[in-house]
Amino acid sequence: MSTTTSEQMMPSGIDAASLAHVERVAQKRIRQRHALVISLRIVVLVVVLGGWELSARLKWIDPFFFSMPSAIFDQIVDWFVNGTSQGPLLTQVWVTLEETALGFLIGSVAGVFCGIVLGRNKLLSDVFSLYIKIANSIPRVVLGSVFVIALGLGMASKVALAVVMVFFVVFANAFQGVREADRFMIANAQILGASRRQVTTSVVIPSALSWILASLHVSFGFALVGAVVGEFLGSKQGIGLLISTAQGAFNASGVFAAMIVLAVVALAADYLLTAVEHRLLKWRPAAV
Amino acid sequence: MNPSMSRDTPAIEMRNVSCRFISPDGKATIALRDFSMSVARGEFVAIVGPTGCGKSTTLSMITGLLKPTTGEVRVMGAPVDGIDPRIGFVFQADAVFPWRSVLDNVAAGPLYRGRSKSAAYDEANEWLRRVGLDKFGKHYPHQLSGGMRKRVALAQTFINRPEILLMDEPFSALDMQTRTLMQDELLQLWAGAGSVVFVTHDLEEAIALADRVFVLTARPATLKKVYEIDLPRPRVTSEVRYDPRFIEISRDIWHDLREEVQIG
Repeated sequence: MSTTTSEQMMPSGIDAASLAHVERVAQKRIRQRHALVISLRIVVLVVVLGGWELSARLKWIDPFFFSMPSAIFDQIVDWFVNGTSQGPLLTQVWVTLEETALGFLIGSVAGVFCGIVLGRNKLLSDVFSLYIKIANSIPRVVLGSVFVIALGLGMASKVALAVVMVFFVVFANAFQGVREADRFMIANAQILGASRRQVTTSVVIPSALSWILASLHVSFGFALVGAVVGEFLGSKQGIGLLISTAQGAFNASGVFAAMIVLAVVALAADYLLTAVEHRLLKWRPAAV
Repeated sequence: MNPSMSRDTPAIEMRNVSCRFISPDGKATIALRDFSMSVARGEFVAIVGPTGCGKSTTLSMITGLLKPTTGEVRVMGAPVDGIDPRIGFVFQADAVFPWRSVLDNVAAGPLYRGRSKSAAYDEANEWLRRVGLDKFGKHYPHQLSGGMRKRVALAQTFINRPEILLMDEPFSALDMQTRTLMQDELLQLWAGAGSVVFVTHDLEEAIALADRVFVLTARPATLKKVYEIDLPRPRVTSEVRYDPRFIEISRDIWHDLREEVQIG
């Protein structure tokens, strides 16, 4: 057979017109599927929230204990408009966010620093790895009580708990990331002329970065838990106190409403961190 | 500098070198036994041997990343003490930095060595042009093919103008066609400037490139035989392999190597 590129000679099925047609059909199918997924998500949301509301109104479950979506919504609106018993809602959010951010920052910087130092030093890591494993296995939330006793009801005790929650996660990841740094890349940098410090800054830290950033995602959630639990254990401001007040007043709607406020904060932070991660790791091939 | 150093001092000299490894659990294995080799300036030497016999160990000792247990390694007439700045190394694995763009990768050497930014990048651009990647300076390594990444590695190494070039199976991960092209490119970039030690398990690659081929035995490796490759230069690796003399040499060496591969 002779090879030719003229379109008339193409067998039907692979000529330009039918290719365009097939493409149109395929793209339509992709769009349809996308729409299907979104509408199914909405259906799930409506069924769950509607079922909750309905069973509370029909007294299948006791709305006093389990509340219902409309009551939770009313509670949030009420907090926004009239403020909470401790002051305006946004102040509470701000206080908790401040504690979380401070704890997150201190904990992750310390974690990254210690992880890199220990990761680059074999003897230190052999000595300390045991103690870090032990410290990591203690449920650290318990330390909150100690911090409240020692540091008082102010911000310091919450920040301290958030730091402890964050530190170990970030440390473990930074340490692992440093240890996983490719030894050929390190040798390559050395032979190209890098000093020990240049190896650390230009090879070890960048290669540990994807590990560290992955841990920051998880640990922001941990910082939030630390701050809220700290407030729960004793404080004058914050969402944790809001929850504990609502609990004391048997106000189930209040607890759920505070939970939703927390979820919004956590989601916003996660979105922000993802954006930072994309910026810093743009050299990586796109995830499949 | 050194009065004993002259044009006749070999670039690399290994005298009765043995190397013993201690594994992390405390066991000792011998990787290399009583190995001697001398590489003249501007000479291209290839080392072949069965897989895992200790070929790469020789290179590690020349760079100073590894110390010989007995014997002596000299570079440019002086005993090896740390990484010599006159040495360049191309790895088997992808050792370019994935978080740096191609241009930043090539500029790494001069920047590490304290050159100014503008000088380093000027030179990097020049080397990118030489390896035919001038349009890819802003790309990241994962966006390139395996052959292109190897070109980046070559440019990264050659920009330091090494007087000694060590290569550890640099092209073994490439497909046959790309490998042949890269071999030719290497010969052009090298062009007799500096000494090369090229470790490979590919016998034909060794013959096509080198002036002398060192054949190692199975582990613990020691020198089996040295072959002079008297094929004329400049060579084109894709054509030289059909030369009757090439086939003759390759048959001889393979005869030696086969026994060792069977032992290994």
